[in-house]
Amino acid sequence: MKLKEIVELIDGTIFNKNPNLAIEIKGGCGADLMSDVLASVQPEAILLTGLCNPQVVRTAQMADVRAIIFVRGKQPSNDTIELAEQEELPLITSPYGMFELCGRLFQAGLPSLETDMQQTRND
Amino acid sequence: MTSLQELHGRRGRVITDKNAQEITRVEELAYDLKISDVMSPELHVVTPEMSMADLLEILRDAQISGTPVVDSGKMVGIVSLEDLIRSMRENELASPIKKYMTSSVIAARSYDPVVEAIEMITKHHVGRLPVIDENEKLVGIITKGDITRGVLNALQKDYQEEEIRRYRASHLFEDIISDRTSLILRYRIKVGDIIHGGNASSNIKRALLRLGANPQIARRCGIAIYEAEMNLIIHTLDGGMIRVEIEPHRILMQAIDNGPGIDDIEKAMQAGYSTATEEIRELGFGAGMGLINIQRCVDKMTLDSVPGKGTKLDMKIYLQPEESFRESS
Repeated sequence: MKLKEIVELIDGTIFNKNPNLAIEIKGGCGADLMSDVLASVQPEAILLTGLCNPQVVRTAQMADVRAIIFVRGKQPSNDTIELAEQEELPLITSPYGMFELCGRLFQAGLPSLETDMQQTRND
Repeated sequence: MTSLQELHGRRGRVITDKNAQEITRVEELAYDLKISDVMSPELHVVTPEMSMADLLEILRDAQISGTPVVDSGKMVGIVSLEDLIRSMRENELASPIKKYMTSSVIAARSYDPVVEAIEMITKHHVGRLPVIDENEKLVGIITKGDITRGVLNALQKDYQEEEIRRYRASHLFEDIISDRTSLILRYRIKVGDIIHGGNASSNIKRALLRLGANPQIARRCGIAIYEAEMNLIIHTLDGGMIRVEIEPHRILMQAIDNGPGIDDIEKAMQAGYSTATEEIRELGFGAGMGLINIQRCVDKMTLDSVPGKGTKLDMKIYLQPEESFRESS
């Protein structure tokens, strides 16, 4: 799914100056603990999170996450936006909560890119 | 901040979901580049009262095929070589330009992406567009040739910057001859410096990609070293050191600190076990998955820790099968 479609589905607002909305997002991952993200997410996902500090950008970068959605209208700090601009990572905020957002995207056909604990252990 | 509505207005029209899959770097550039980046700022302006013969001189001298018509600072039309030919055919070279110019002028805005100009040129079947700024002032002209040149220049610049870095780095090991070549990267990690947490890891991942590591290897290294870097920031007494030794056959990443050391390594290796404070957890860390993540990402993890002394974490990723070389360390 294109990032543009996702932004539409969630009534998103983008923080970047020149975001590339044409990038392809393969699936989603929702988590507030960064180790959970690093443990479970597969490449080219979009991350839904309530965490707004710069670490969320670094985590995304390490895990090849393509874009970040902040839930419940959360506003990332300036440090976070600056780092995201530097790393060319789109940051989006949506007024909806985590459950609603996961539901909307899943229903629209965006699959989960989270590996479950069973798979994580067997890896 | 850019709202989707704005993006729609400016960009949504050209790329549909159907063709979005085929977007190339050139098309991306059509969005990235501003009209002001590629337009010709030099303007040869004519007035409506000048004759078509004057226009002929100007077009010939400047070697251009058309120009905007300006009356007391305001753009009132555009006149091209075609209009000139028409006037010549009618033997009307002495007539004023206003008789032959096109007066309903569409203009591109200097701050819009180049794709807007491409769309206007295609839609209105015109060869050139005058460019106006925020104050509706005429600032230049844009033709298909300007767009092609602008995109080619940007492509070349793009390509050169990263490719040259990558090319130089990826040949490092081939160009230097020794019995065993390795590249060592060192990073000093400050305790409590959460805000810069991940900077070292980010640089390590970038270095590996430039050295030609495939994206999966770079990702595994990135995740492992990021967890280790955050551990140094969160759990140590006075920070620590990250050392990465890169060799053609393997990558060794080490996180070394001077304490406090881990009391119970077995417990530390359990999923979900964490000694992180509530504050750290609020920042999104301390899920008790760090060491497990590291173990999952690397081929060999060795954790040595002495309470009161310090911890040394070795993480190895093999780039060639282990049997094909002999570990000397």
